[in-house]
Amino acid sequence: MQKTFTCLICPVGCEITVTATGDTIERIEGHECKRGIPYVTDEFLNPKRILTTTVKADGAQFPVVSVRSDKPLPKNKIFDCMEVLKKTRIKAPITMGQVVVEDILDTGVNIIVTRC
Amino acid sequence: MEIMDVVIIGAGAVGTAIARELSKYELNVLVVDKNEDVGGDASKSNSGIIHTGYDATPGTLESRLVVAANPMYDKLARELDVPFTRCGAILTAVSQEEYELLPELFRKSHENGVYDVEMLTAEQAKSLEPQISPEVKGGIYIPREGIIDPFTLVVAYAENAAMNGVKFMLSTKVIDIHLEDGRVSRVVTDIGEILTRFVINAAGLYTDEIAKMVNQCDFTVHPRKGQFYIMEKDIPYNIEKILLPVPTKHSKGKLASPTVHGNMLIGPTAEDLEDKEDYAVTAEGLEEIIESVRRLLPAASPKDSITQYCGLRPTKTPEGYKIEASEEVQGYIGVTGVRSTGVTASASIAGYVVDILADEGLELKPKVSFEPYRIGITKFNELSWKEKDELIRQNPFYGHVVCRCETVTEGQIIEAIQRPIGARSLDAIKRRLRPGTGRCQGGFCSPRIVEILARELNVPAETITKHRKGSEILTGPNRLGD
Amino acid sequence: MFETNYDVVIIGAGPAGLAAAIEAKKVGTKKVLLVERDHALGGILQQCIHPGFGLHIFDEELTGPEYAYRFIEQIKPLGIDVLLNTMVLDIHSDDKRLYAVNRERGVCNIGYKSLVLAMGCRERTRGAIAIPGTRPAGIFTAGTAQRYINMQGYMVGREFVILGSGDIGMIMARRLTLEGAKVKAVVEIMPYLTGLTRNKVQCLDDFNIPLYLKHTITDIKGKDRVEKVTVSQVDDNFNPIKGTEWEIDCDTLLLSVGLIPENELSKKAQVKLSPITLGPIVSQRMETNVKNIFACGNVLHVNDLADNVTVESQIAGMYAGLNALGKEYKPRKITECIPGEGIRYIVPQKIEVTDEVQDISLYFRVKEPARNVTLEISSKGETIARARRQKINPGEMEKMKIKADAIDKLGDELIVSVAEVKS
Repeated sequence: MQKTFTCLICPVGCEITVTATGDTIERIEGHECKRGIPYVTDEFLNPKRILTTTVKADGAQFPVVSVRSDKPLPKNKIFDCMEVLKKTRIKAPITMGQVVVEDILDTGVNIIVTRC
Repeated sequence: MEIMDVVIIGAGAVGTAIARELSKYELNVLVVDKNEDVGGDASKSNSGIIHTGYDATPGTLESRLVVAANPMYDKLARELDVPFTRCGAILTAVSQEEYELLPELFRKSHENGVYDVEMLTAEQAKSLEPQISPEVKGGIYIPREGIIDPFTLVVAYAENAAMNGVKFMLSTKVIDIHLEDGRVSRVVTDIGEILTRFVINAAGLYTDEIAKMVNQCDFTVHPRKGQFYIMEKDIPYNIEKILLPVPTKHSKGKLASPTVHGNMLIGPTAEDLEDKEDYAVTAEGLEEIIESVRRLLPAASPKDSITQYCGLRPTKTPEGYKIEASEEVQGYIGVTGVRSTGVTASASIAGYVVDILADEGLELKPKVSFEPYRIGITKFNELSWKEKDELIRQNPFYGHVVCRCETVTEGQIIEAIQRPIGARSLDAIKRRLRPGTGRCQGGFCSPRIVEILARELNVPAETITKHRKGSEILTGPNRLGD
Repeated sequence: MFETNYDVVIIGAGPAGLAAAIEAKKVGTKKVLLVERDHALGGILQQCIHPGFGLHIFDEELTGPEYAYRFIEQIKPLGIDVLLNTMVLDIHSDDKRLYAVNRERGVCNIGYKSLVLAMGCRERTRGAIAIPGTRPAGIFTAGTAQRYINMQGYMVGREFVILGSGDIGMIMARRLTLEGAKVKAVVEIMPYLTGLTRNKVQCLDDFNIPLYLKHTITDIKGKDRVEKVTVSQVDDNFNPIKGTEWEIDCDTLLLSVGLIPENELSKKAQVKLSPITLGPIVSQRMETNVKNIFACGNVLHVNDLADNVTVESQIAGMYAGLNALGKEYKPRKITECIPGEGIRYIVPQKIEVTDEVQDISLYFRVKEPARNVTLEISSKGETIARARRQKINPGEMEKMKIKADAIDKLGDELIVSVAEVKS
């Protein structure tokens, strides 16, 4: 199968196509430099994203407080993490960087508060 | 159940003006309207011009009533605390054909009883209004033509009527009128029945449907759409006088008018439709407006527009004001055919209708306690710094500016909600106070106003609407609450 | 009335105001005041909960609120005063006083030696671009929706169409999708993406949200709530092409169609604005035509990166501080910065050549996307600075430096231009 990615390493944004069978990459083409290869390899085999959202905050200045994953999460776990966070509540006082959910869904990633 | 003396169907300019007039007497009066707020339909989407009647069809009831109403506004606006300015209008001829039509229009003005009009040369027109097209050939100056805030006018009529005892039932649709022995006896609404001696049909776009309920519908009403541009405040080609086009065989032209709040408006189109709920602005309509108004005001540009809107003129066939008590159905008074000049004529229609009621046997015992003055919502922006300071010390809510574009405070918004016939939706706040009419079109203030409305009305924020049920702004909280 | 006096007063405590305040303090100004209308510091960054901030300034990828916090945590220790929930209503530049109101003190009459305008911008509205159709509930500008969702904890709709492929629109596409809404399309009138490619990948492609370039919205239907929008292709003159329309059912239209610097207060202070940027005309010290009034951030010109705002605002804060401390600059010459071939605008619009010898940064935007170009600053026919770029794009602000030793070469005008690299 073939999948095309827009490389984000530099502003050029090469359209790089990966040809693979299952998890075995057979060919990578369309990149103007070497740096595109590890980028699309990661994107193809194990895409990860930082998740940013809000959680309910009781007794705080605003009803919700912004949070983020402290490391990128596997892309296919994002919506499941959102389900967890939609039900998560924290109480004031709230500090920057405080851990809201530790090791969310066994990913080794923590969800932390991003505002004071 | 209490028997009403008069039920007025329709809380637009005409209905609320009649209500206020009736509140000067010891009577049980009730105003019913299907909308969530007073303001009617046409009364809240027009040009805000107070006409002199110079161009009415001479000898008609419309001519009489508009000509009579115009001079009433100085006192009325003062009593009701409504922004009103007699800025004057220039009927502007830019082609030879138009210029040659002026003497006839001048004579017609006199025939209507509007004698204080003046013929203008091109130079005089330019001197009166420097922004006028350099192609102007001449014009007619109509000094008493004015501009009013039509939303505040209607709210003020209604509030003053309420202050003086009139009851209002909003979000209430009239579905039938029952007679007994050829006489009006009950108004049936979707939430109950009202016993009454008299019914006044002031339902504008829907006068035909109401008239059908008592078999008095020998006319049809269809909407004639009028689209407008509203311009930004500080444009270099702002005008002080209303610029009116000379109507020719080919077209009625488009006008440009200052408004009491400083935003020029240009338009309207005139499109005959069937759907009484078609409030869509169209690309074709907007293009038509710009092309046409540029003849009077060449610098007009859509780039300077804050927003566009349209209103639906209730257009009766056969044309013409018809305000009379029915001979067949005792107690039914139809106020039909009011169109384009309705906001202006509301002031005189009120007295005209009360006279009809008296002729039909309604006893008019003057109310000794009638209070003619209605003080509007605090005009924070117009206070001096010292006055602003004192006000905030008395009530800190005035220290929180919610609408940055028009400088409106939380204190004023609370007033708008808490007054009789208070605002319950974003549009109702907008009509009373201006947030949502400025450059940001509600982008900054709406999130704050939604929360203030929810708090003051003690309802969840997701029930707050733009104008009525079904137009809720939010779908709900995005995180589970308590 | 509450009367007080400060050396430097800054209107707005977003990234621009915060950076300016800190820098003013660092050059030795004693009394610095931040006046902010919201109930917390941070400005628009409070609601920009997504990452992408700080890559240049802190070499880290932070979310908006985290980026703001790096500055907010310096405010108190530096002894900068703050007035929150306070709206400035008027500026009397002749008297060097401004009037603001808040709940606690009523009217505040604040005197300044230097004033920094950092009020940010507002969003272009549906009305400003005259989209035909009805006026139902369910039409929001992206920033307003962002405030409802990220700060007030509400959801604004279920099925969305987004007009505008700028970063705010794309970021909201992702945010809405994560919140469980369906984003059916992003529609963009230009033939190219106006935001960052990275956002297209991570906000649209990740969620299979279709992007329609060279299209626009030509109608909105719905009496009480949006029910559908009509999308049409446009020609090279941005006019809808008849026959290419189709309707998308949705209950919300989100508009991300541009930002406009918020300069109503600036006008009250007699500050002259550029008709292109819609922000004040400034010198390299970020001073406007009105002495003692400086400007920085989105109120000066709409930026893409908060990092650039920080750098520019530090300059404004520094000079505002020095101005309050009595430093005077006597310009020997004024060099007008002229946008040349391919350039839409330059900030600062002029350089006041004085005894001060320092590198000067020029920020500018190109008119069209291009690849393999040379950017050039020239004056009196001579090249002052030159840089190669693999890719340029109107949506990404460019920055170039005039080195201190090149200032001598400046004439009455300098020109910034784009040239294709000759192969």
